[in-house]
Amino acid sequence: MSASDTALRPVPQVIAHEVPKPRETNKWVDWITTTDHKKIGIMYLVLTFVFFCLGGIEALMMRLQLSVPNNTLLTPEHYNELLTMHGTTMIFLFVVPVMAGFGNYFVPLMIGARDMAFPRLNALSFWLLLFGGIVFYFSLFFTPPEAGWWSYPPLSSILYSTSGGQDAWIFLIHLTGISSLIGAINFYATIVNMRAPGMGWGRLPLFVWSVLIYAILLIIALPVVGAAVTMLLTDRHFGTHFFDPTDHGSPLLWQHLFWFFGHPEVYIMILPGFGMISEIIPVFSRKPIFGYKAIAAATCVIAFLAVLVWGHHMFASPLPVVVMGFFMLSSFLIAIPTGVKIFNWIATLWRGSIVMTTSLYFAVGFIAIFIIGGITGIFLAVFPIDWQLNDTYFVVAHFHYVLMGGAVFTVFSGLYYWYPKITGRLMNETLGKWSFWIMFWGFNMTFFVQHALGLSGMPRRIYTYPPGVGWSTYNLISTIGSFILGLGILLTFINVFRSLKVGAIAGPDPWKGNTLEWFTTSPPPANNFDVIPRVRSVEPMRDIRRQIERDTGVTQKTGGSEQFAGA
Amino acid sequence: MLGASLVLAPAALANFLTPKSGAQPANEIHSLYMIVLYIAAVVFAVVEGALFYSVYKFRAKKGAVAAQIHGNTRLEIGWTVGAAVILVVLTTVTFIKLPGIINPPNSSANGLSLSGGVLTASTTEPSPPNGKKLVICITGRQFIWAYYYGSGCESDPYSSKVAYSYQEMYVPANTTIVLHIESLDVIHSWWVPSLGGKVDAVPGYTTYTWFKASKVGALYHGQCAELCGRLHAAMTALVKVLTPAAWQQWLTQQKAWIAAQEQQVLTLRKQLIANGNLTANLS
Repeated sequence: MSASDTALRPVPQVIAHEVPKPRETNKWVDWITTTDHKKIGIMYLVLTFVFFCLGGIEALMMRLQLSVPNNTLLTPEHYNELLTMHGTTMIFLFVVPVMAGFGNYFVPLMIGARDMAFPRLNALSFWLLLFGGIVFYFSLFFTPPEAGWWSYPPLSSILYSTSGGQDAWIFLIHLTGISSLIGAINFYATIVNMRAPGMGWGRLPLFVWSVLIYAILLIIALPVVGAAVTMLLTDRHFGTHFFDPTDHGSPLLWQHLFWFFGHPEVYIMILPGFGMISEIIPVFSRKPIFGYKAIAAATCVIAFLAVLVWGHHMFASPLPVVVMGFFMLSSFLIAIPTGVKIFNWIATLWRGSIVMTTSLYFAVGFIAIFIIGGITGIFLAVFPIDWQLNDTYFVVAHFHYVLMGGAVFTVFSGLYYWYPKITGRLMNETLGKWSFWIMFWGFNMTFFVQHALGLSGMPRRIYTYPPGVGWSTYNLISTIGSFILGLGILLTFINVFRSLKVGAIAGPDPWKGNTLEWFTTSPPPANNFDVIPRVRSVEPMRDIRRQIERDTGVTQKTGGSEQFAGA
Repeated sequence: MLGASLVLAPAALANFLTPKSGAQPANEIHSLYMIVLYIAAVVFAVVEGALFYSVYKFRAKKGAVAAQIHGNTRLEIGWTVGAAVILVVLTTVTFIKLPGIINPPNSSANGLSLSGGVLTASTTEPSPPNGKKLVICITGRQFIWAYYYGSGCESDPYSSKVAYSYQEMYVPANTTIVLHIESLDVIHSWWVPSLGGKVDAVPGYTTYTWFKASKVGALYHGQCAELCGRLHAAMTALVKVLTPAAWQQWLTQQKAWIAAQEQQVLTLRKQLIANGNLTANLS
């Protein structure tokens, strides 16, 4: 079909089709040399889920060790290695890059672009991530790091962490940092320059807004941690004393640098998840998003405040009370835009006609969990209360409510939503709902009781505890819950593999989506779109369906959606 | 499981509160925590309620049509202001409660009698209004806490011959105690939940906190709260509250024991030097 042909068709119509491959190459070579954002996206997703499993196994081992008092299953050395690897893996090798995976696959599709702005840089991002992970995990065969994912000196200095594991950790931060940084530049360039005609800033899908802000935050925060770990490296090996208290250095400097990165990192991890929810809830409520501008603005405000709150990680450190007061207020302020988002999501559900898909279950489950994480965050922001709660299991519970909710539940929601686009097949809804309920109860069982553990005096990062101090029951409940949670996650993995073969054929638009990725076939062809439609609102696909209905008089049936009767 | 948790609920609820023990400032922190908890409970109930009600009420039914609402500016402004008002209330409450948490009161009449009015150069060191306080210096190291009792401990505890103890701290009741906290190696964090909040022991810095316990005979457990190495879990602390008279007695006894031990070591050292097993390098 010639270009003039497509231009003559009654616009708009789904007309993307397969572009024949230029030449037949070895499949593996094809994956390794690819610069296609979709293939890179899939590799990101597969790799990050592998790391998610590794991090999960590490978590389960720690929970097993803590299930009973005075347990000797793990040595203190191994326990510290596990807590370091679990935190580092989940943050640097799962949550941040999994968002890049979804972003890679869907940002170009959602803005009507044919690839990312810099396809080869995009491939480099992925391979740096892989090598960062390899450098880090190879320390398993030697001595893994054991100073925690926050690696406070002097504990992480050469005097107290003599092994090369700590250096492997530093190189992981360097490699994944460069990977994320060039990825962020790529996202920024793509979103700013390659939007479909008519897609102004007021018509940008909210997921793309969140990836844009994610990219900006990465560009602000990553150089700081990159510098900090380089200083740690030179302290360890090249005779500098940035963090060495015995030679006029300051351990507190590390804390400021690390948390100046570390707190924006939290928003880097959850904002794309927020973006997914802002896409998914309107689709399944059959309603436009409530307060599009408020949500986009809230995302920007959160990003701005995110770089002003790092001190709330340091309330027990030597800081003047005035400084603590400032960080309490800035942390309070961030609750406002976050609250606005939650209210807008609930208002989007309100008076909708909600299609109860697994994706929506996970989205609603996320909101329910995240509300608790948000509220406990207020307790921690009040610095005199934080003096009791900081570095206890209360904090562990808080940030798992925020990050398991804000990242894992949203990613699972996104996975069930976009899987049909990536593979062309739907996942099994029954299995998906089982997975959701088991995960939801397992999650709450694991982490809700940890609030009580922290409040009754159990610090984080202890490898064991004595009987008779009132921690045994809660720890056992938490351990049992963690295995239930693991089972729920396993069911979704089974669903993913099973559906590749036996899932129902999805068709281009199984959910009646709003955004442009549903305009093309599932999976999309190499060039994404033959014709890029003109965008006239935030919901271009809805406009397209309406126009076709007007032009043809036929109600648009969408592939696969028949199974959701009544929708 | 649900049944069991309902039965256990009242007993378990206490575990969802910060400790309240009769010691300051733990009690003050507890009362601030309770105010935040009540506000949080209301917010939690309203928001979760709205979420589950909407999902339950507006599930897709045959013939139901979703209302095509794009937003409502007044509502948006309403909940933004609403959230802000709650936070203003929380800020106000915190700053009202703050002085009671960071400023120590005077020792009670039945506390230890102390000489007063010691001027300190530090602006961060807490001090009661009349300046009368018992200073205890805490030094953290892998993996034990050491305590040096009485003024002079901040300069050189060995030459000023103050009494010291490890892991178990003995304190007089009803007396304002100010802690000077330091670390010899990595970062530790001093924390006895029933007495008050935690304070990091950062090498190169001196940090301060205070407490005033009233229950004679009470034994409070604490634990290092910042990962400090492999035996972080073993770095515990015990604080035992004695009557001021009993504490004075303990202090005298402890000093005598320390002197006796030093004498023993000195004798042993002389013996070893005489036997040629140790080089005499004492000036």
